Amino acid sequence: MLIYTFRRLLISIPTLLFIAFVIFMLLELAPGDPMSQMPLTIPPEVKERMREALGLGEPWYVRFPLWLNQFFIVEPQYWIDQTFGTNFADGKQRIISFQSRSPVFDTIAQRLPQTLWVVGMSYVVGVLIALPIGIISAYRQYSVFDQAGTFVSMIGFSVPPFFSGVLLIVIFSVQLGWLPSIYDTTLVVNSWDTFKQQLMQMVMPVMVLALQTTAQVSRYMRASMLDNLSQDYVRTARAKGMSESTVVLKHVLRNSMIPVVTVIALGIPSIFGGAIITEQIFKVNGLGQLLILALQGSDIPMVMTITFLLAVLIVLMNLIADVLYGILDPRIRYD
Amino acid sequence: MTDAAQTTLPEAAPKARSQWLDVWAQFRTHKGAVFGLGFLIFITLFAAIGPWLWTVDPGKLDIRNKDVRPIYQILFDANAKVSWSHPMGTDNLGRDIMANIMQGGRISLAVGWTAMILAVFIGTLVGVLAGYFRKADGLLMRFTDLVLALPLLPLLLVMMLLFRDPLRATFGPEEGIFILIVVGIGITSWMQTARIVRGDVMALKEREFVLAARSIGTPSRRIITRHLLPNVLSPIMVSATLGLATAIITESALSFLGLGFPSDFPTWGKILFDSVDRMTAFPERVIWPGLAISLTVLAVNYIGDGLRDALDPKIRGL
Repeated sequence: MLIYTFRRLLISIPTLLFIAFVIFMLLELAPGDPMSQMPLTIPPEVKERMREALGLGEPWYVRFPLWLNQFFIVEPQYWIDQTFGTNFADGKQRIISFQSRSPVFDTIAQRLPQTLWVVGMSYVVGVLIALPIGIISAYRQYSVFDQAGTFVSMIGFSVPPFFSGVLLIVIFSVQLGWLPSIYDTTLVVNSWDTFKQQLMQMVMPVMVLALQTTAQVSRYMRASMLDNLSQDYVRTARAKGMSESTVVLKHVLRNSMIPVVTVIALGIPSIFGGAIITEQIFKVNGLGQLLILALQGSDIPMVMTITFLLAVLIVLMNLIADVLYGILDPRIRYD
Repeated sequence: MTDAAQTTLPEAAPKARSQWLDVWAQFRTHKGAVFGLGFLIFITLFAAIGPWLWTVDPGKLDIRNKDVRPIYQILFDANAKVSWSHPMGTDNLGRDIMANIMQGGRISLAVGWTAMILAVFIGTLVGVLAGYFRKADGLLMRFTDLVLALPLLPLLLVMMLLFRDPLRATFGPEEGIFILIVVGIGITSWMQTARIVRGDVMALKEREFVLAARSIGTPSRRIITRHLLPNVLSPIMVSATLGLATAIITESALSFLGLGFPSDFPTWGKILFDSVDRMTAFPERVIWPGLAISLTVLAVNYIGDGLRDALDPKIRGL
């Protein structure tokens, strides 16, 4: 297993390099120009010098390795310096945003907590709702509860977040006036009141994202439970006189969780993608909003870094899912 | 979907009960799928034929009749500004919302269908090539895995932003964006189809009938088109319905993020996006396009569910 993990880690290096190259070349070959937003009154020779100042003067085969160097070597050095007070980085050039002229990773570090808080919470909530739904749906297959669960997950698949979010705002903020429609990120939780306020403003974004997660995970949970419930070992357990709750919640559930755990791991990157839209609706100033702003401002380093970070997340989660599968299920052998 | 498939298999029906009649009978037992098909036909007709019956120009500005509420509003509020000439109301520039929903539906559905066909075509091509030719398999599947590891929504946004202006200049504002969105969605959503088709083709090509075909000297091209493709048609059709659903949602999401069609060019996502700022006063403007998107996608998903049940011979007859 250790060897397998190590081999997968090695394979993911060229994968990531290739992905970085694809994103870089897409940004490079695209006819869009980061200077297109500048006033037309700027004379061409000044514009040329501005391009050089942004680091766009060199051809791509010079800039791509430079970017890789900055991303994989210089930025971690700065990170280590900040954490341990060392001085590895020694004032080297960091990845600088075109828009704000500040290091890209500083801005990302500012935005990350909001996204993680909303996205992470919604994923946990979604999974926690989905698991019992899946278990009961499978145990009482074709019952009213199962039909309702199927219908709810169909809705979760079909209603896009930009409609469910807007619908929630119309109902709970406009008509009923219960919840705030805008997520206030400057709120500092230091008392019972602010905690309540934080909770109130998180309800809607979390629910919108959780609906998608619930729809997916509950389907997998149901299918996996159904597979296991008809197995021989369940009959044996019942024949031994074990209580129904032990059979279902211990024997069947543990075996059914194996594929579901990997699905949960694989779903994490896509929930970050969904957060792009949800953050736009509820005005959360997280990573997704940062990406949209960077796109609109042709801020190539920012777009490149965020997109690549998402790709790293996808590759990492694929790896974790595969390794987890092998650890949880001893029948799976990768060698 | 079933009708389209019937026409692709002309030799299938000398008997009284052909395979596709069987599938249709099975499909009809799935209530949700029948409702879904009904709604899809309804919304397609609504968008396709609607503008001929409801001849209001969706782009026509009528400032005097702006902010007309939908007709049912009179039930709750006797003073509401309603008019039978605008049953769904008008927007803040006096454009008729029903005409806009029809026009938007045309574009949303057209984008959805075209992008889905493109994605299914690429997916089937890659899947068949990888499944049939062992030499191509490693390379193509490694490529598929790589594309699957790309963060697709951000990349799609990048593509929209960067290629919008040049394509607009070459093909005109509407066609340029249409091509861009269709191609963008098509090349980012073929991977699942490719994987499913590859798996099925690999299993099928070891079967005796393929061996028999090869032993009488059938060339690979004929084996693929004649023996393999008809047999992988059902998984392709199921993934096509899912592809249609995702394509419609993706197009609306792009429009919603302000990176889709230009603003005087309505699609469902675009109408929704434009109405969000005024949703406190006029919630119906958000709800109409949102309902149209959600119900269409729900219908397509149910059709996919029904098709999967109807086409899977293991479930059939239960």
